[in-house]
Amino acid sequence: MASGYNKNVRKKPIGKMIFMGILSVALYAVLLMKQDAINSYFGRGGIYAFLPIITAFVFSYFHGAFTGDFWTVLGVEAKKKKEVK
Amino acid sequence: MQDVAANFINLDVMNITYLFIVGFVGGLVSGFIGSGGAFVLTPAMMSLGVPGLIAVASNMCHKFPKALIGAIKRAKYGQVDVKLGIVLGISAEAGVLYGAHIQESIKKAFGDAGSNLYVSVAFVVILAVVGGFVLRDAWKTYKSGTTNEEETITKLARWVQSINIPGTMVYFKSLNARISVLFTIPLGFATGMLAATIAVGGFIGVPAMIYVLGAPSLMASASELVIAFVMGLGGSFKYAMSGLVDIRLAMIILAGSLFGIQLGAIGTTYVKPFMIKMVMGVIMVIVLFSRALMVPVYLSQLGLIQTLADSTVKVLKTTSFIIMAFALLIGAFIVLKAMWQGRRAEKLLHAGELEHGKV
Repeated sequence: MASGYNKNVRKKPIGKMIFMGILSVALYAVLLMKQDAINSYFGRGGIYAFLPIITAFVFSYFHGAFTGDFWTVLGVEAKKKKEVK
Repeated sequence: MQDVAANFINLDVMNITYLFIVGFVGGLVSGFIGSGGAFVLTPAMMSLGVPGLIAVASNMCHKFPKALIGAIKRAKYGQVDVKLGIVLGISAEAGVLYGAHIQESIKKAFGDAGSNLYVSVAFVVILAVVGGFVLRDAWKTYKSGTTNEEETITKLARWVQSINIPGTMVYFKSLNARISVLFTIPLGFATGMLAATIAVGGFIGVPAMIYVLGAPSLMASASELVIAFVMGLGGSFKYAMSGLVDIRLAMIILAGSLFGIQLGAIGTTYVKPFMIKMVMGVIMVIVLFSRALMVPVYLSQLGLIQTLADSTVKVLKTTSFIIMAFALLIGAFIVLKAMWQGRRAEKLLHAGELEHGKV
């Protein structure tokens, strides 16, 4: 990869953002379209307690990656470490 | 526990948008100060007709994945002390269980009004003492013009770091010192108890790490996310065992809050450390007024003071909620403004470097 100097030539993760975005929209679509079935299982308690916990991890993985890339693509990034003393 | 699902509300576009936005603002503040969005989310859900316990449970189930994402993000900036977070998180878990137990006993003995009064008094007392202290400290730093200097460790923290109890000493990178884990137990426990009571353990956890243990503000607020993750995971599981988590609510709030927490975490890289204390102190002190307004309502429900007219109760309730939402919004505003200024300053500096001189 021939990137330039240390200017803003860094590649933005647009492809990854779109991919993660689609996956996360899909997850939400399933959640909202199948809410009755989901509620009836998730509200049972006991051993079914694993369901909401696993769901939370899955959603946070995909949606977390998407939101992270979202701000990067918009150009909102952490301050570059450049201690000016 | 059958048919709890029947208590789950219907969701329409308005409800979803509302939860998404509240989630976003809550996440933004949490990403910045380590916690703090939760206290608005529970009442916000309840205002949609969600029963109290389901609101608390669903809130908690959005909190731990949010805290996880926030912690991972801030770990990339080198701000997280995972070991300290986990050590405090474990005793916080015990605090949560004990706090929930106290809540239940109070509810049994004095009913809903009694438990609400307990929660509000806890809010008022703790936020007044800790919030006042944090805000005063941030203000003093701001006034003294020493915002660029390294934060100084308090006398208390220096003492804690100087105590050597053989067999219990652990090195923590955020403190750059070895301290006895025995000191972390009551702090974590108090954090957990507060989390079980007012939903925001960080109002004790973060100041404790800063002032009692001697951690820098940035690392304290970032490590709080680890504590929140540990506590939230255990708490969510406990509620889910009783089928109280409405996963739809939790995930919709999460949708907004993950946008927010990423932004809040990015924001910490642009601000001076005292800003963490400033935002935290401001939110704590404003929320304090919000809860204080509710104290007479509960007192009258318990028959300890004259009964208030229904219209008065309604006004107090609405005002209290508005002030609470205002606290969160003002926190979010300070974070965004500080970030905006930080980014501008960086851009100007960059331009200046390129053009030599002209800034």
